[in-house]
Amino acid sequence: MRYYVLCGRDDSFCRDENMIREITLGQYYQADSVIHRMDPRTKIVGTLVFIVSLFLVKNMVGYAVAAVFLASVILISKVPFKYMVKGMKAIVLLLLITILFNMFLTPGETLVSVWKLRITKEGVRQAVFMALRLSFLIIGSSLMTLTTTPNNLTDGLEKLLKPLRLFRVPVHEIAMIMSIALRFIPILLDETDKIMKAQLARGADFESGNLIKKAKSMVPILVPLFISAFRRANDLAMAMEARCYRGGEHRTKMKPLSYRRQDLAAYLTLAVFVTVIVFTRRVVLPFSF
Amino acid sequence: MSMIKADRVAFEYIRRDEEGNVEGITRAVDDVNLDIAKGEFIAILGHNGSGKSTLAKHMNAILYPTEGTVWVDGKDTADEKALWDIRQNAGMVFQNPDNQIIGQIVEEDVGFGPENMGVPTKEIWERVEESLKAVGMYEYRKSSPNKLSGGQKQRVSIAGVIAMHPQCIILDEPTAMLDPSGRKEVLRAVRALNDVEKITVILITHYMEEVIHADRVFVMDKGRIEMQGTPKEIFSEVERLKSLRLDVPQVTLLAHELQKKGLPLPKGILTKEELIQEMTRLYGSGK
Repeated sequence: MRYYVLCGRDDSFCRDENMIREITLGQYYQADSVIHRMDPRTKIVGTLVFIVSLFLVKNMVGYAVAAVFLASVILISKVPFKYMVKGMKAIVLLLLITILFNMFLTPGETLVSVWKLRITKEGVRQAVFMALRLSFLIIGSSLMTLTTTPNNLTDGLEKLLKPLRLFRVPVHEIAMIMSIALRFIPILLDETDKIMKAQLARGADFESGNLIKKAKSMVPILVPLFISAFRRANDLAMAMEARCYRGGEHRTKMKPLSYRRQDLAAYLTLAVFVTVIVFTRRVVLPFSF
Repeated sequence: MSMIKADRVAFEYIRRDEEGNVEGITRAVDDVNLDIAKGEFIAILGHNGSGKSTLAKHMNAILYPTEGTVWVDGKDTADEKALWDIRQNAGMVFQNPDNQIIGQIVEEDVGFGPENMGVPTKEIWERVEESLKAVGMYEYRKSSPNKLSGGQKQRVSIAGVIAMHPQCIILDEPTAMLDPSGRKEVLRAVRALNDVEKITVILITHYMEEVIHADRVFVMDKGRIEMQGTPKEIFSEVERLKSLRLDVPQVTLLAHELQKKGLPLPKGILTKEELIQEMTRLYGSGK
């Protein structure tokens, strides 16, 4: 009999229980680069600014600038390009739909017409732009998750969202929940595996039958899993209290975030990039693309 | 000076059925008096449900007594203002190593306690380093806790507690989920803390072998302290221990049985070496 546990960086299935311990969460790619060492806040802000600036682009020159910028950041980050492409796989369908809709449904000067459908010049232009924008967006944001550990990301988010505390948003608590969840995912996966084996040993069948039957057969796994998760949560809360945890107040950091020279340089580069992008909006090309 | 003092402590909890109706009241801890001096190594023994874990949770203000008072380093645990002082002063290690490690990297977990106490960053790093060295886990400081063995994880938990610089550590069945080699690892670390760092240790367990090195042993049953004394005194009463559903170390049991058959052995033999020595005294060596 076979059993599978979903895990791993590339959605592959693995059958060895020791492999569960090796899971890398998120899609962090370990390398030693300036981008990796950068403060997570810089990377989060940078990604957001990059995404916004993509929407400011009006013509091909703008996209060329964005492409050069993105390519150089990827080069500096030392992350192989194929990892970026992996992020693209998820949106291939979305990308295709966008391209087709834009191509056929934009009114304007007809290039080709097939039956009732017309491909317009404006449509092609629009489709190319949308496709570029979407791909840059995905590559840009996966570059952030590839170069930042989940833990670091949480830290960065916590610090960036700190002003929201004025509106009584429990920022520290949310960040703590996120990092505890990250810590417990491998443990709970391990546990799921154990429960599955225990149920299999008693003749449970997880493989045959239609979708509904399969979903129903998951119940004997989920119930014990939930019970144990609650028990763990209870234990963990007690252990945290015993170690003087009392929320975000009076707390110091073992690894406080601090901006360094590289972050300043990054922010400056970003500012230059945005200025150039805004400037490209005024460029009038001799041809209409 | 006393580290932990309990005066006529009782703890009750209310059992409820599924609808929330009161089924009855359980007295988990009943009339317990304790006085533990600084630097002592104390073991609390008892079978499951004897109230030993409940008693332990009173020692760092996770639970408050229904009756009586507990003082930790002279501070009443029921006093809310002293709560954080007490928890810093009396660190606690729990049974399941997975459920008490918060950090995703060993060193971050050890730093969690000091972070909560508001220790400055530079000092946190110093504390983390010295605590990990004290339990012999320094070379694993960058690893993920998920990759460690049970004994190693439990040593990380202990390091997490000593990083808070407590005067006293309470270990609530720290070895219950470990294999024999893991148990040895953890006990060695605990004994070293007591010997070298002079930290008061309160070890709660149901493994008899683990209490041999304690200065004093308390045996609990049905929430009460039934026996107390040095390990030698405790283990000389084999029949009484058996009636409290506790196992005696094999060597002690062997000596006890031989004694019953009329061999003139002293009471309370705890180690193999002791028994061999006594036997050679009786029969001479190699004959």
